[in-house]
Amino acid sequence: MHAEREILFRESAAAALLDPQLRANFRRAMDGLISKRQAQFPDPRDLQELRDLSTAIRSRSLLRLPELLEQLEASCTKNGIQVHWAETCEQANELILGLLQARGAKTLVKGKSMVSEEMHLNAFLEANGVEAIESDLGEYIIQLDGETPSHIIMPAIHKNKDQIARQFSQKIKDAKYTEDVDELTAMARKVLRQKFLEADAGLSGVNFAVAETGTLCLVENEGNGRMSTHVPPLHIAVMGLEKVVADLESVAPLYAILTRSATGQAVSTYFNLITGPRGADEKDGPREVHLVILDNGRSRIYADPELRATLRCIRCGACMNHCPVYTRVGGHAYEAVYPGPIGKILTPQMEGVGVRHDLVHGSSLCGACGEVCPVEIPIPEILVRLRREATHSDPGSQVAGKGTGRLASEDWTWRLWAAVLKRPALYRLATWFATRLGGALPAGVPLLREWTRTRTQPVPARRSLSERMRAEGGSHD
Amino acid sequence: MTDARTAILGRLRAGGGEGPLPPLDTAVMERRQWPPAERVARLRRGMEAVHTEFLDATPADWPAVVRAFCDREALPNLMFGPASEAGAALAAAWPAGGTQLLPYDRPVEAFKEELFTTVAAGFTGTVGGVAETGGLLLMPGPAEPRLLSLVPPIHLALLRASTLQDSLWHAVKALGWGRSLPPNALLISGPSKTADIEQTLAYGVHGPKRLIVVLVHDLA
Ligand code: SF4
Repeated sequence: MHAEREILFRESAAAALLDPQLRANFRRAMDGLISKRQAQFPDPRDLQELRDLSTAIRSRSLLRLPELLEQLEASCTKNGIQVHWAETCEQANELILGLLQARGAKTLVKGKSMVSEEMHLNAFLEANGVEAIESDLGEYIIQLDGETPSHIIMPAIHKNKDQIARQFSQKIKDAKYTEDVDELTAMARKVLRQKFLEADAGLSGVNFAVAETGTLCLVENEGNGRMSTHVPPLHIAVMGLEKVVADLESVAPLYAILTRSATGQAVSTYFNLITGPRGADEKDGPREVHLVILDNGRSRIYADPELRATLRCIRCGACMNHCPVYTRVGGHAYEAVYPGPIGKILTPQMEGVGVRHDLVHGSSLCGACGEVCPVEIPIPEILVRLRREATHSDPGSQVAGKGTGRLASEDWTWRLWAAVLKRPALYRLATWFATRLGGALPAGVPLLREWTRTRTQPVPARRSLSERMRAEGGSHD
Repeated sequence: MTDARTAILGRLRAGGGEGPLPPLDTAVMERRQWPPAERVARLRRGMEAVHTEFLDATPADWPAVVRAFCDREALPNLMFGPASEAGAALAAAWPAGGTQLLPYDRPVEAFKEELFTTVAAGFTGTVGGVAETGGLLLMPGPAEPRLLSLVPPIHLALLRASTLQDSLWHAVKALGWGRSLPPNALLISGPSKTADIEQTLAYGVHGPKRLIVVLVHDLA
């Protein structure tokens, strides 16, 4: 999925900054998440050891990726889970629609799945006559308003209670207006339980897929994941191809660091291991389980030894919770499925580093994301690398859209700069003008305008250093 | 989609710089260990913090403890798996009258609507518990169907103190889950919950609103 127009993060970010309600909603939520995470890691040595172990587990999975995917496929098949592969989101959407249509399925209940967001699955299914119902409470809230998630773990974090109260009273049949969170939750429960009961199929994401046993692991608190995967007769799971790990022993540390990093919980309410459809003597569970393995640019990211670290991500969201930019502008300003620091490195690699050029610049490189990342992804380093990729076409680089973010104005500025520096007389003349007249330049002239948009205009010294040295009798030695 | 499969695996093989696998130092997982009595206290603390309720029982009186709970709550019925060990023991000791025991003994399609609307509580056994964080380990299957611990608004689970593991990491090894797993296995640490509205915790969003652990004190 390559975006065609250049999407400007700085414009949507500037607009978001002017929304005090939005900023308050995010500030409050992120502060809470930061302190809850911190409380889960009282011992810095334990935390570092757990991070090292988790990083090693994810690195090992990536080093053996093709082999593990084949093993996963074989194990799943043995267990009765049918495995499908999709190179693109379009392929994955068609595949899922095909599975649904072949069984006459008209309604699909969904557990939370960011990969299905990446595929824009809901819109595709709606267009093809299948009702897709989000059942995670946060996802349900934003689906009612036709919005997209603003956070990968808490999709409705941008909304406050009053907004949700108003929305429920307008959009849910027979609902009264209430700001009581328990009552709002009860309303959603009532609507969604009926959907679980009636749905023809369920869809879920996958947190970890275990190659050795052919097991799909799902982490959740609400129980909607279990409902979506155990109640309807058909369960379809979608995963990015990087989600595989070698064995179940490897999952325990990842799970331990995932819930603590994500929501500051030592454990989630449910940790669900699905290793097959309903067994011969079982009385419930889906008759069929399908697993769709999606590439969508991941194999290209994989080919680059430095950028490959992007694929270690376990989607905990800690990098966004700790990001000074994300906290202020919120998730929607990124205009991407994955917002925040992970989105800043993932989105340009998926959609093209040229069209999402200013996303990689929308960072102060403060390093908070890399510091909290449970699998030690060097997000700031990758951002710097992608800044270069956006303006250079290095042979050997496989980055999508490499070099397409280069501006002609930047090019000629540098050429002019080089020309001046190579000629001493010209250089002296230019410095003379800059020191005498530079302060008088209007802030709106091209190039200077870019600089002064967010900074005060620099005022050059009245004389250059070498002029002063000469005047004061200093020597260059 | 064999073409997609071939293409994807081909690209991954072409791009995969083989390298030595980094070593795994699992000491941080290994050292999470506690003496048996402390495991019980830890599990209880962890689970009570997320609104799990506990009923204390002995190996002999736990069916009566379950019954007393049902009477107290005036539950019209309690669904259970008659073919499971715990389920059979419960049924054998169940006095007539009062809360009706409903056996989950047929495919869910035969009574899905009823399960969602009229069953008041579900009773299951467990295959262990996790001391570190709190949590029950369940292996649903033919004897104890999956939805028993999910759909009814109250879930009662029988846990024997002697089956507690130190952590999920230790449990995976002790139960042999790493080598082979039934179609479904899971960890449950409390009643269903959400914080999706303004980070405010609310219980009972989709799954059970209450989780009651019947804790059998069977440590020597
Ligand atoms: S990049 Fe790291 S911190 Fe961010 S979501 Fe992924 S694993 Fe979590």
